[in-house]
Amino acid sequence: MTKFTKILAGLLALAVAGGAIAAGADLGNTQKQATNWTAIVMFAIFVGGTLYITKWAASKTKSAADFYTGGGGITGFQNGLAIAGDYMSAASFLGISGLVFANGFDGLIFSIGWLVGWPVITFLMAERLRNLGKFTFADVASYRFAQTPVRIFAASASLVIVAFYMIAQMVGAGQLIKVLFGMEYMYAEILVGVVMMMYVLFGGMTATTWVQIIKACMLLGGATFMAVSVLLQFGFSPEALFTKAVEVHSKHDALMSPGALIKDPVSAISVGMALMFGTAGLPHILMRFFTVPNAKEARKSVAWATTWIGYFYILTFIIGFGAITNLIQNPGDFYVGGELAKGLKGGGNMAAVHLAKAVGGDLFLGFISAVAFATILAVVAGLTLSGASAVSHDLYASVFAKGCSSESELRVSKITTVALGILAMVLGIAFEKENVAYMVMLAFVIACSSNFPVLFMSVLWKNCTTRGAVVGGFVGLASAVILTIGSASVWEAVMLNPKGSAWFPYNSAAIFSMSAAFFTIWLVSILDNSAQAQKERALYPSQQLRSETGLGASGASGH
Amino acid sequence: MQDTLDRITANPKFLEFVAMRSKYSIIMAIVSAAAYYGFIILVAFDKEFLAKKIGEGYTMSIGVPLGVGVIAFTILLTWIYVRRANTEFDAINEALIKEAQK
Repeated sequence: MTKFTKILAGLLALAVAGGAIAAGADLGNTQKQATNWTAIVMFAIFVGGTLYITKWAASKTKSAADFYTGGGGITGFQNGLAIAGDYMSAASFLGISGLVFANGFDGLIFSIGWLVGWPVITFLMAERLRNLGKFTFADVASYRFAQTPVRIFAASASLVIVAFYMIAQMVGAGQLIKVLFGMEYMYAEILVGVVMMMYVLFGGMTATTWVQIIKACMLLGGATFMAVSVLLQFGFSPEALFTKAVEVHSKHDALMSPGALIKDPVSAISVGMALMFGTAGLPHILMRFFTVPNAKEARKSVAWATTWIGYFYILTFIIGFGAITNLIQNPGDFYVGGELAKGLKGGGNMAAVHLAKAVGGDLFLGFISAVAFATILAVVAGLTLSGASAVSHDLYASVFAKGCSSESELRVSKITTVALGILAMVLGIAFEKENVAYMVMLAFVIACSSNFPVLFMSVLWKNCTTRGAVVGGFVGLASAVILTIGSASVWEAVMLNPKGSAWFPYNSAAIFSMSAAFFTIWLVSILDNSAQAQKERALYPSQQLRSETGLGASGASGH
Repeated sequence: MQDTLDRITANPKFLEFVAMRSKYSIIMAIVSAAAYYGFIILVAFDKEFLAKKIGEGYTMSIGVPLGVGVIAFTILLTWIYVRRANTEFDAINEALIKEAQK
């Protein structure tokens, strides 16, 4: 534990020094706010507490199985909270409440989209995943297929998804630390990178799970307090809240109706598909299904996760409207220069944060700021763990060093964790000034066009073969990336081509890239009559037996 | 072990059970997708309907309870499935395994 303690001490010194420097720094940057010591102290308490848990988790993390799945002994309820923690990112808390603050009803459309992937996972994937897999979803997808090609595909797709998701989180962390803590962008990158590495490196899945659970409870608790405070102002009458909001907001009655958020039906359906099926292809979410002991607990996990996430989105809707009624009438406190026209201090995504101050004073503001930042930390830890397992379990232990010992697999996953942590910091810094708004959406589009179709077809379609799965998966991956580059959010907003020149006219590529993946898997599989394909089809009944009954499924590895 | 596996696969009740459960989960998936896409199609094609007030003199539009309803429905549907799978389906599953192990 001495190494752990040393790093901890160094980290705390760094945090203190960072705070001190930030306190004396020039506040010339319009984005950066005054140093918020309450928030910094609360965040430090969170980090201290979670690192203490990490120390405990480290004593339980000895084998590769502990590292990947926490020994498989997490209950369905705990895992449900952890999944919700993984999923309720800072972007969904601040972004959706900000969207509601600006556009009203449109925010609700978005939050529904983020929720509807969960029943798909519950009904079609959860128990089959648990019954067939051990550490990663590639275990499931490659169950009756040739290991090498399927693993290489799964690891590539997972790493690409993790990379895009991670960059968005790291840049978000840097932007948030300026506004929430009044610290420099750079500190966020170092802080998130280092603390996250400590969680994953020492505590593996056990620590990551508990960080997620604690964060989920804090976020749900804080958001509940805000929503209840808002409703209390209106005698618990949503109608009164809406009436007041419509009265004070510049959009007036348009707040209550769908606006321009969804421009055409194809985009609407395509975005819907990405959200709905993308969730079922995110490696860091899929990985959580192997932390519970059996299919029963896996199902319970998703039901709890769905419940918490749905509840959370209803809260963000109330919080957005509460921000309208509380902030617009007090421009002096919350708007740049006290003028409505200049926008909210710190930008439109700060609506929930300002509302925290309005309903709970400086102490609660500090709490919510700390929670928002902790959220990013937890999500990045989950992403890193899934990226590390893709490399160490899918590439190293299953392809390059087949039959290696659990110790050497564990060592590779730790080395990868460090590499990914450093990479996250470097990318976070490199992308500081870039527009990364499209990246989370792109991660979802890739997930629904590569991991999801391969997983779905390999488990549920008898005639699927290695060749079909791998070719189809890569077709989905490539078309998702290429079409997204051609859409306005990248072609015009990032590559700065003239407005209107984007050659892909829709908001999301999912409808095309996901269809392309399914079609290719089907076509290549039915044309595949190799001996290998025959063998794979013959293995389907035994795969089906295990996926349906759980007979032979890897149990809790325990101790 | 191999005997048990063979006996389960050969048991017509097993295939019947798997088919029944798959059908149930697919129907549930379709219902949840229909609720969501129904809502999205309204957003895409009939914004006026969603903007309509819930009653004379109200500010709240039909879209709000409908949207919140989709969220609540999604949660409800998930629990209905999980409850049935964790009790009824698991019991049948265990009975089939026991029968084969005899």
